[in-house]
Amino acid sequence: MGSRASTLLRDEEIEEIKKETGFSHSQITRLYSRFTSLDKGENGTLSREDFQRIPELAINPLGDRIINAFFSEGEDQVNFRGFMRTLAHFRPIEDNEKSKDQNGPEPLNSRSNKLHFAFRLYDLDKDDKISRDELLQVLRMMVGVNISDEQLGSIADRTIQEADQDGDCAISFAEFVKVLEKVDVEQKMSIRFLH
Amino acid sequence: MHPPGSGPPASPGPAAVPPAGAELLRWQWHEVQVPCLVVAWILVASLAKIVFHLSRKVTSVVPESCLLILLGLGLGGIVLAVAKKPKYQLEPNMFFLFLLPPIVLDSGYFMPSRLFFDNIGAILTYAVVGTLWNSFTTGTALWGLHQAGLMDPGVEAGLMDFLLFGSLISAVDPVAVLAVFEEVHVNETLFIIVLYKVFNSFVELGPEHIHATDYVKGVASFFLVSLGGTAVGLLFAFLLALITRFTKRVRIIEPLFVFLLAYVAYLAAEMVSLSAILAVTFCGICCKKYVEANISQKSRTTVKYTMKTLASSSETIIFMFLGMSAVDTSKWTWDTALVLGTLFFILLFRAVGVVLQTYVLNRFRLIPLDRIDQVVMSYGGLRGAVAFALVILLDKAKVKAKDYFVATTIVVVFFTVIVQGLTIKPLVTWLKVKRSDHHKPTLNEELHEHAFDHILAAVEDIVGHHGYHYWRDKWEQFDKKYLSQLLMRKSAYKLRDEIWDVYYKLNIRDAISFVDQGGHVLSAAKLALPSMPSRTSMSESSVTNLLRESGSGACLDLQVIDTVRSRRDKEDAAMHHVLRGSLYKPRRRYKASYSRHFISPDKQERQDKEIFRQNMKRRLETFKSTKHNVCSSKSKARLKEKGRKKASDPQIPAPLQDMGHDAPNGKTHRNIPWQEAAPVLVTVSSDEEESDSSETEREDDEGIVFVARATDEVLQGKVTQGSLDVCPSPCIIPPSPTLAEKELPWKGDQADLAVYVSSETTKIVPVDMQKAWNQSISSLESIASPPGIEAGVQHRRFARPMLEKQPQSASQATPEQVSRFQFPSHVPKSSRSKSDSSPEGVEQQELQPLMGTEEQGRGLLPAEHRRLAFSRASHI
Repeated sequence: MGSRASTLLRDEEIEEIKKETGFSHSQITRLYSRFTSLDKGENGTLSREDFQRIPELAINPLGDRIINAFFSEGEDQVNFRGFMRTLAHFRPIEDNEKSKDQNGPEPLNSRSNKLHFAFRLYDLDKDDKISRDELLQVLRMMVGVNISDEQLGSIADRTIQEADQDGDCAISFAEFVKVLEKVDVEQKMSIRFLH
Repeated sequence: MHPPGSGPPASPGPAAVPPAGAELLRWQWHEVQVPCLVVAWILVASLAKIVFHLSRKVTSVVPESCLLILLGLGLGGIVLAVAKKPKYQLEPNMFFLFLLPPIVLDSGYFMPSRLFFDNIGAILTYAVVGTLWNSFTTGTALWGLHQAGLMDPGVEAGLMDFLLFGSLISAVDPVAVLAVFEEVHVNETLFIIVLYKVFNSFVELGPEHIHATDYVKGVASFFLVSLGGTAVGLLFAFLLALITRFTKRVRIIEPLFVFLLAYVAYLAAEMVSLSAILAVTFCGICCKKYVEANISQKSRTTVKYTMKTLASSSETIIFMFLGMSAVDTSKWTWDTALVLGTLFFILLFRAVGVVLQTYVLNRFRLIPLDRIDQVVMSYGGLRGAVAFALVILLDKAKVKAKDYFVATTIVVVFFTVIVQGLTIKPLVTWLKVKRSDHHKPTLNEELHEHAFDHILAAVEDIVGHHGYHYWRDKWEQFDKKYLSQLLMRKSAYKLRDEIWDVYYKLNIRDAISFVDQGGHVLSAAKLALPSMPSRTSMSESSVTNLLRESGSGACLDLQVIDTVRSRRDKEDAAMHHVLRGSLYKPRRRYKASYSRHFISPDKQERQDKEIFRQNMKRRLETFKSTKHNVCSSKSKARLKEKGRKKASDPQIPAPLQDMGHDAPNGKTHRNIPWQEAAPVLVTVSSDEEESDSSETEREDDEGIVFVARATDEVLQGKVTQGSLDVCPSPCIIPPSPTLAEKELPWKGDQADLAVYVSSETTKIVPVDMQKAWNQSISSLESIASPPGIEAGVQHRRFARPMLEKQPQSASQATPEQVSRFQFPSHVPKSSRSKSDSSPEGVEQQELQPLMGTEEQGRGLLPAEHRRLAFSRASHI
């Protein structure tokens, strides 16, 4: 599988992805083979159905939202580049990367980008604010039916209250960042990709 | 169990002198003495346990094992004082033959196998390399100490003796580790890795016996013994699974097989001096999947409780007797240098070993073990009864310094169990606190971090990161293709899907809340968000989350607590009772009566039950969304049922309305269908008792009985064929029910259905259930597909043609059925015409490997039964 993947993936393409996402060569080929195995249509892109076929995602309360995060606005297909770009958010920040943060474009796996990824999951209408309704939806997904709506509502209210600084009853991205400033986002939003 | 090996009985007096002549009563103590003492000791230990747990404060600080050892010390002291000589000691034979197996089986059987195999590399490394390392370093270091003249000259021991001692003393005791760690609720991954230090003791039994005369032979036998033990375990797991496949008519003895075969595995391995512990562990781990699938729900509960009871009492007794054995001063000789040296070395080398191995392992692990894990693992190396029993087994003639070793072992055991056992919990707490106590967690952080968890889980799944994933897939395919088909009942086979299990758990939980709300029992206001998401996410966490949690080193994480065995058991027990009390009664009875008509009735039982739970959930979701206008809950439902939603979505509102129409007020109506239906339908069943006795697996405590008598015969000659002999009662089918049936729910849209149903109370349940059933059928087909192999889309595409096909055939029987075309719910009705194929399908399910084409007939069957029930009920 690995060999097939590497033959299908052109070297220059790998280089570009490498530059953009920071993944290593072997990581890219490995992920490419995963990509192709997900790609049941064998057309070089993944559709939502391809993602939905991953069994564990069906039981992930946020599965749908996360799948959506792979697709850019209005698209229903994602190619390998886009796939990698999204995954790059979850690449751990390596030590040697911290220093070169300043120069050049911000890497996809920066703290801010990680947070933004999470933020977008909440922010359905893309107005850069998490409204009470949006928060409530996510809450409902995550807590299941064990909590009554009243309780959930009060949780949502408190959450917003806690984060809201400008009094608009919504959480802006800045507020989102602020409220999570003590959280080790770098670690908690990273997974270890095999080398 | 102890008395046999433990010398004269405690109070032989009364039995000694039989009175002369005729007597009314005879005092026959000697006849009951042995079992009586056994019972007495178990009783004492159990009572002690109750007493310990009276005070929450004590048990929250002091591990139970410590208390038991102290109790044993006390009792031993009393016995010593009374009888002037020590009695009732932990005898190695008794220990290895009776006390250890239940504990090992318990830990093996309840091992989360996925987690175990996910970490198998680490576990094996720690077990094999760690054991070798600890044995050799400790032994050699002690020998060095001896050579340096630091020890008492009375300690006559060479290098071999010290190595032997080193190997037995470095055997981390599964019992002790389990006992302490379960209370501490450490991270489960860690739990397993530490627990599987028990490999230490497994393999330890090997080198111990061969007496370390030859390095090469020793190492060879080390592997031979452990691998051989594993092989024996696998063999018996296979046998066990195979046997349970055929127990469906003798449900009552199902649990027995589990225990017997596991024990036979133990004895067989012991007999050929392979590692019996490994044998039992692997027997437990490997058989579970198939056994659980084959045996009935009740048997599962029985197995679980019996196993827990046995393990718990064994453990209690072991610790108590460990305490009592230490009182016997005649057996040991003290040497300070040896004792202190041993204590120091085992701690040191264990820590060093863990750090070194972790360093290597972390290079390969997806989630590295961090420092806290390492500390806990180093510190968690408790020694226990295994080491003690081993040292007692030493041959005094060959090992001159046995008495010294015994003393040292006792001290080490006591030190590790009491001192380390006492401190490990605070240590873990402290380490955890130190990590996260920089600030007070806010609601936002809690919420978002949980979101992160879910996100990461999803991304990991998308990436498909498992390094060994490939092999696991291979294995799963093999398992699906051959093993499962060989070892599982057909009906069970289809349902034993990992996702399904997870999903099933979710549903149980939701069902409980369903009941709760129906009964106006709203759980106390919980603003404590962490616990709530963790409740729902627990099921997912069993796979990836847990792994990740281990990475973050959150040892005392709330989420983890939920997944720790004892907690889960409690929850399961609660669920079980609640569900039995209110939810599934009608369902089971229902099912069971139908079973009379078929050769192998119970095969669908599980399926029915599980699917039902699934639908309860779905219904609840939709209900909530309608009632509260919370669109998100709907979307959640969709999320949960991603793969299968398409087929079932259109039907979701229907059951809701079925339920809702009767009692518009949301709270009460939920129970109504069941309650109302019950009285009406129960009276119907004249054959109830007969069928009752004929089915061992049927549930006795149910309220509703649907009996389909020969009525069905008219409708479908072939299906009833098989059942004719069973239920001879002559039946005429009233035309009206059939008619009603035809026009019924299937004809119109959902609104019609609701209206109709409201007019016929008795049918609420059946219709409702049928709907539910259809939903589940369609969802099942998509769900049951092996993960990642079959395409969900294909399923969906496939489902539609199937549905279309059946109405066609059905239309031959009843023209108007064509109109049912679009609604999957119509399928069952149309299946009537296909009934001739059904019975065959039934048999095939048991006897043949799964075939894709069978799915249809199989899925349709139960729905059909149900339909028959409706007609029956209504016309009566």
